[in-house]
Amino acid sequence: MAATQVVRSEWTKIRSVASTVWTLSLAAVVTVALGVLISLLSKNEFDDLSTKDRLSFDPTFISFAGMSLGQLAMIVFGVLVVSNEYSTGMIRTSLAAVPQRGTFLFSKIAVATGLAFVVALATSFVAFFLGQAMLGSHRASIDDPGVLRAVIGGGLYMTLIALFSMGVATMLRSPMLSLGILMPFFFLISAILGNVDATKKFGQYLPDQAGSKIMQVVTPIDDDVPYGPWGGLGIMVLWVLVAVAGGYVLLKKRDA
Amino acid sequence: MIEAVGLTKRYGDKTAVYNLSFQVRPGSVTGFLGPNGSGKSTTMRMILGLDNPSSGQVTIGGYPYRKLPNAPRQVGALLDAKAVHGGRHARNHLLCLAQLSGIPARRVDEVLGVVGLQDVAKKRSKGFSLGMGQRLGIAAALLGDPQVLLFDEPVNGLDPEGILWVRNLMKSLAAEGRTVFVSSHLMSEMAVTADHLIVIGRGQLLADMSVRDFISHNSADFARVRTPETEPQQREKLTAALTEAGGQVLPEQDGALRVMGLPLPRISDLAHSADVRLWELSPHQASLEEAYMRMTQGAVDYRSTIDQRAGLQQELPPGAMPPPQMPVPGQGQPGWYAPPPPQQGGQPFAMPQAQPPAGPPAGPYGAPAGPGAGEPNPYAQPAGAAPAAAPAQPSSAAPDLTKPEEAR
Repeated sequence: MAATQVVRSEWTKIRSVASTVWTLSLAAVVTVALGVLISLLSKNEFDDLSTKDRLSFDPTFISFAGMSLGQLAMIVFGVLVVSNEYSTGMIRTSLAAVPQRGTFLFSKIAVATGLAFVVALATSFVAFFLGQAMLGSHRASIDDPGVLRAVIGGGLYMTLIALFSMGVATMLRSPMLSLGILMPFFFLISAILGNVDATKKFGQYLPDQAGSKIMQVVTPIDDDVPYGPWGGLGIMVLWVLVAVAGGYVLLKKRDA
Repeated sequence: MIEAVGLTKRYGDKTAVYNLSFQVRPGSVTGFLGPNGSGKSTTMRMILGLDNPSSGQVTIGGYPYRKLPNAPRQVGALLDAKAVHGGRHARNHLLCLAQLSGIPARRVDEVLGVVGLQDVAKKRSKGFSLGMGQRLGIAAALLGDPQVLLFDEPVNGLDPEGILWVRNLMKSLAAEGRTVFVSSHLMSEMAVTADHLIVIGRGQLLADMSVRDFISHNSADFARVRTPETEPQQREKLTAALTEAGGQVLPEQDGALRVMGLPLPRISDLAHSADVRLWELSPHQASLEEAYMRMTQGAVDYRSTIDQRAGLQQELPPGAMPPPQMPVPGQGQPGWYAPPPPQQGGQPFAMPQAQPPAGPPAGPYGAPAGPGAGEPNPYAQPAGAAPAAAPAQPSSAAPDLTKPEEAR
């Protein structure tokens, strides 16, 4: 069975359900809108900031502030793409049609990841430009060093979040279980672990903490993170690889 | 051709399918029967490579399903009518399946027309009735014009027109030389659709033979006799006379008698000499349902009982009589289903080690206790006249598959 046939079939699947449109457009809208709002607030409060905070002020990163919420919609997208098959029972029809489970999984993931990347990259650029427009005189330019890397990195970050969710959902199968673990993890637990001093050393290696480093242009003054932007993204990629590989191994040997 | 050899599936310590060996041949409709939970769907899933067998193997055309080249063009299956994403159009559902095996979109519209869903092709399958879902599932199975077709309960929820259509569809597919394997609980439907039967109970093979052989081996014709309702003593008199003459007499719910082992003229003669008038003396042809019930009654895991409604009833006032409960045919009445005629060789197919339904579990679920374990077959002829060799072995079935477990 040619992988192109499976990819074409997965494309038909993904474009023919409403949840794809809803989750992806929600991810884009929330990321952009919240980014614009926080950029506006930051501009208005800039004059009240301490000198230290002013030196650490990162206009690029601030315009991506909406991603903390927007990524949750990306997680839902990633989870639903995979677990829809299980919750509807479609998985048995699909696997009966594609007995090569590796081909099935990687075609599905490739299609969903490709779509997520296009949406995430567009979202990232729009969030950057609208955010900078709100920041007024404090804005960064796309030509500044590191800024283009951060904007493209923002797209990559959201894509990897979706891909990580797909891997986890393949392992767990149930949409409720997957969302119940991923949502609080990315929304609360990771943020708590990354901000409490005792757990910071560990928390900075979590996928979202490490991955979001790619969107930073100005390094905070007392920053002691041992990896750079690409190093951080590399750590996130490792997490994603583990999740997807785990999903693949389980799908391969498990009864459908 | 589907071939299973020693197929076994365990889920933890529960054995769903044990040592199942059978062949499904092209050119005929093979029915797959068994009580709820007997392992039919598990077997179907193993055929399609969805579940891995714990031991043994099953192949289609000589290949395990997962190794089959271009599987969707060779095998079509309807496993679960509701196994579709409810938010997707019927047409898109079929289109994504078609694209998998390089089937052109034209064919999707074609099969939608075949199953009669062309008018709802752009409707979400969420709103489909069970019967429409079945039609969609059948369309998916037909998509690749496959040589091997599997249907799990295809007529579930279909209207009479749909049932007739499915029946003719199965027959015509088989007549084209395809392999058609279909499970169903509708015995009357199977009797007219299937040519060959594979019956399992508690995950083990009970029978692999043609429908005609199955009926004649497992059920017998009987006579229904009715005496004047106004004179109950006549009924008792006739029962005594018939029993004395070697007949087996069971009372029926409506007061008639079910007589086995005596030809109709003989019953008439016996009644005449006993001076009993008859209101009815009618022959009753054995049906597939009766044959199936009789064969599987020891292998039924989930058995319905009479609803006593005790939890709803108020305390009866003193002296009041509870309303009489009419017995339901086949419930709590051993021997209700007609036994096979003695000359046919009694019970040619051993029940899985003759586990008494109410007895304590002797070992792992469904696993044989060992060769020739000692309990007598409860379904053997009461006359004790089971001949050593069954004279009428089914001609088309592989002989070693239909022998009792002990013989292997």
